[in-house]
Amino acid sequence: MGYIIEMLNITKDFPGIRANDNVTLQVEERSIHALLGENGAGKSTLMSILFGLYKAEQGSIRIRGKEVSIEDPNVATSLGIGMVHQHFKLVQNFTVTENIILGSEPRKGILLDTKSAEKKVESISKLYGLAVDPRAKIEDISVGMQQRVEILKMLYRDAEILIFDEPTAVLTPQEIHELMQIMRRLVEEGKTIVLITHKLKEIKAVADRCTVLRRGRCVGTVPVSSTTEEQMAEMMVGREVNFHVGKGTAVPKDVLLRISDLDVKNSKGLLGVKKLSLEVRAGEILGLCGIDGNGQTELIQAITGLAKAEAGHIFLRDKEITNLPIKERLDLGLGHIPEDRHRHGLVLDFNLDENLVLHNYIQKPFASWGVLNKKAIKDNAVRLIEEFDVRSGQGAATPARSMSGGNQQKAIVAREIDRSPDVFIVAQPTRGLDVGAIEYIHKRIVAERDKGKAILLASLELDEIMDVSDRIAVMHGGEIVGIVQAEQTDENELGLMMSGSVRKTPMGDQA
Amino acid sequence: MMVGAFSAATVTVLLEDSTALAPWLGLAAGLVAGIVFSLLHAVASVNMNADQTISGTALNILAGGLTVYLCQIIFRQQRTRSFSNGIQKVTVPLLEKIPVLGRMLFIENYPTFFLAIFLVFFTWILVYKTPFGLRLRSCGEHPQAAASMGINVAWMRYFGVMASGALAGLAGGIMVLTADIQYTLVSIHGTGFIALASLVFGKWNPFGVLGAGLFFGFSTALSFYAKDITFLASLPGEFFYALPYVLTIVALVVFAGKSVGPKAAGQIYDSGRR
Repeated sequence: MGYIIEMLNITKDFPGIRANDNVTLQVEERSIHALLGENGAGKSTLMSILFGLYKAEQGSIRIRGKEVSIEDPNVATSLGIGMVHQHFKLVQNFTVTENIILGSEPRKGILLDTKSAEKKVESISKLYGLAVDPRAKIEDISVGMQQRVEILKMLYRDAEILIFDEPTAVLTPQEIHELMQIMRRLVEEGKTIVLITHKLKEIKAVADRCTVLRRGRCVGTVPVSSTTEEQMAEMMVGREVNFHVGKGTAVPKDVLLRISDLDVKNSKGLLGVKKLSLEVRAGEILGLCGIDGNGQTELIQAITGLAKAEAGHIFLRDKEITNLPIKERLDLGLGHIPEDRHRHGLVLDFNLDENLVLHNYIQKPFASWGVLNKKAIKDNAVRLIEEFDVRSGQGAATPARSMSGGNQQKAIVAREIDRSPDVFIVAQPTRGLDVGAIEYIHKRIVAERDKGKAILLASLELDEIMDVSDRIAVMHGGEIVGIVQAEQTDENELGLMMSGSVRKTPMGDQA
Repeated sequence: MMVGAFSAATVTVLLEDSTALAPWLGLAAGLVAGIVFSLLHAVASVNMNADQTISGTALNILAGGLTVYLCQIIFRQQRTRSFSNGIQKVTVPLLEKIPVLGRMLFIENYPTFFLAIFLVFFTWILVYKTPFGLRLRSCGEHPQAAASMGINVAWMRYFGVMASGALAGLAGGIMVLTADIQYTLVSIHGTGFIALASLVFGKWNPFGVLGAGLFFGFSTALSFYAKDITFLASLPGEFFYALPYVLTIVALVVFAGKSVGPKAAGQIYDSGRR
C-alpha cells in the first residue's frame, strides 16, 4: 500500500508563534491515521493546511504521489479531501438533505431536485450504516446524528480522504462507540481517515498508525498496535504522565452541602430528580456518575441555582440556599464548573481577562467605587494563564470565542479553582482536554479537597470518577441508586448500578 | 422607496410628452434607482462591516434629503412637477367575465397589481424551489456553513440587498404613479416600515407577507371608506389615518418573539465565528 497523503517538511508561522515546524506526515491508503498532540500542538493547523484553509511557508504536499498546491477548500474537495469540523457547520432549520446538497445541488430544469437528492443521501447513509433520516430537520436531531450529517456531506461529494477534527469531544460514550464503528466501516469501503485527537483510548481503539506532535514539532510516527497508551502519552507531553491521581486518604469532616428530598423538573417538564437526598463533607470528593440524562444535570443546576427546585431543601453549611439567587449562593462560598462551557461558563464575546473575573469583578482589587480596575483584571489574567497553562493568541486580551475548546475549559477551571470555594460543584471538568492538562486539573481538585473543601464531581468519564473521587454516588432515573467507596468498587459494579439493575443501600449517609 | 418614487415620478414627467410608455419607463427607473441606492447599504454592511440597522437608518434619512435636493435642482421646487398620467387602469378581456372575482380583480384594475401577485409566486419559487434559493437562505441562516461549502457569502449578500433595493424602488414607483400626481417628501409616508412589519407579521414567507400586506392595505383603505359606513363615520378621520401604523406596532408586539426570521439576519458576516 502506498501513501495517499504526504505532507513533507511543512512549516507554518503565525504572528509570534511557529505552529508547525518542519512537520512530515505520511498516511497510508485505506487506513486510520491518528494525529496526536496536546491542545495547541499544531494538529489543527496542519490539517487546515491540507484542507486549503492556510498556506504553509515551506514544504510540499503530495496526494496519491502527485505534488499538489491546495489554494482553497474547493481544491481540497476536488482532490477528494473532506473535513468534519469540530464545530458543525449546519443550517439548523434546513433538512438533512438540504444541508448535504448545499453548494452542489442536483437540478431538474431550473428547480431543485430534492427527491433524487434524498434518495442518494439515503443510499449513502445505508452503505456506511449511518442511519440518518434525510428528511429530518437538523434542529430536531441529536448531536451525534448531526455529526453523521457532516460525514455524509463529505461522502456525497465523493471524498476519499476524511479528516475528523476532534470528533468525539461533543459525543456521549455511546455515540463515540458508534462513531468508531462507522470509521471502521468507512475504511472497509476504501476510504482513508485522518483522526485529530488527544484521546489515547480512541487511538488505541481504531487507529492503525499515529503521528505525535508536540509544540509544533513532529515527535514521531508509531504503529498503534505495538505502542502502549503510556508511551504515546509520554511522546505527546514530553514527560512521563501519571494516569492515576496521587492522593492520600480523605479525612471527611463536617457536612458542608446537604440536600434533602429534592425534586427538580427537567426540560421536558417531568421530574428529572426525585426526592433526592445527599451529603458532601468537608475534605472529601463525592463522585456523581450515571448515564447521561439520568438527572445529574438537573441536580447540579438546582444546587447552583440554574434550575428551580420544585420541592426539598439544599443547605450550604447551615444556611438554606434552596431559593437564593445565584449571586448570593456564590457569595456564600459555592463554586461551579458548569457542564456547558459556552452556555454557563463564559461570555464568549468578552476577552479572556474579563471572563476570569466574571464573579469577582465587583470586589477589590478588580473594582473600587464602582469603577473597574483594568490593570488588576489583566494582572489576574496573566497570573492564571501562567498557572493553568491557558494558551491563546493574544494572551489576556483574547476574545473567549476565538480560543480552542480545551483552552476555554482551562480558563473556567482556572477561574473557579482560584476562587477556592468551600463547596465546589465540578461538572465534566476535563471535557476536551489532553492528558497533561487532565493530570494537572485532577491534582488541583485533590489539593482543594486537602484544604478542607467539599467537592461534588459529576462526570460521564468513569475513569475520572473512579480515579478522583473518595465516594461515588450513582444516579439512575433521577434517584441515587447507590453510594460506594471508590477504592472498593469497579467499573462493572458501577455500570450495573448506572443501568439501574443493582441498588446498593448507602451506609449511614442518607436519612 | 422614496428614491424609487422620486426617480419614477421624475422620469415620467420628463418623458411623458415624447412617449406614451413614460410611466412604465418611470417604473424601470425606480427599480434601477432602488438597486443603485441599495448598493450604498451593501458596501457599508458587507464590505465595511457596518451595523446594518445604523446603515439602514442613515440611508432612510438620506433618501428624504437627497430626493428633495434633486427636485430642487431639476424642478426648482421641493417636489417633482406633477405628471398628467400615471399608470392607467386596465380591464383584462375574458377574465373580466368571471363572476364576482372578475369584477373584483379584472375590471378597471392597475396592471401593477398583477405584477405584485406574480412577484410573490416568483419569489416563492426562487427562494424555496431553486438551488440558488437554497444557497441564499443558507447565507441568511448560517453563513459560515455556506462558506464551507464553497458559496460566496459576500456575493449572495450583495444579491440580497440589491434584490430588496430593486423591489423597494419598484414599490415606491408604483405607489407614486398610481396613488399620487407627483413626488413629495411625504409621498411614501413610512410605507417602507409597514413593509418591514409585514415581513415579520407574514413570518418571512412570501405568501404570509402577501397576506400581511393585504391586511395593512385593508386598514389603509378603511380610512377612505369609513365615512360611508354608518357606525364608523362618527369616529374622526385621523383615527383611520393612524390605523395602519397603530396596527403595525400591535402586530410587531404580538408577533415579535414568535417570528421565525433567518438566524443571521442583521449580523455582520465573520468567517472566523464559531
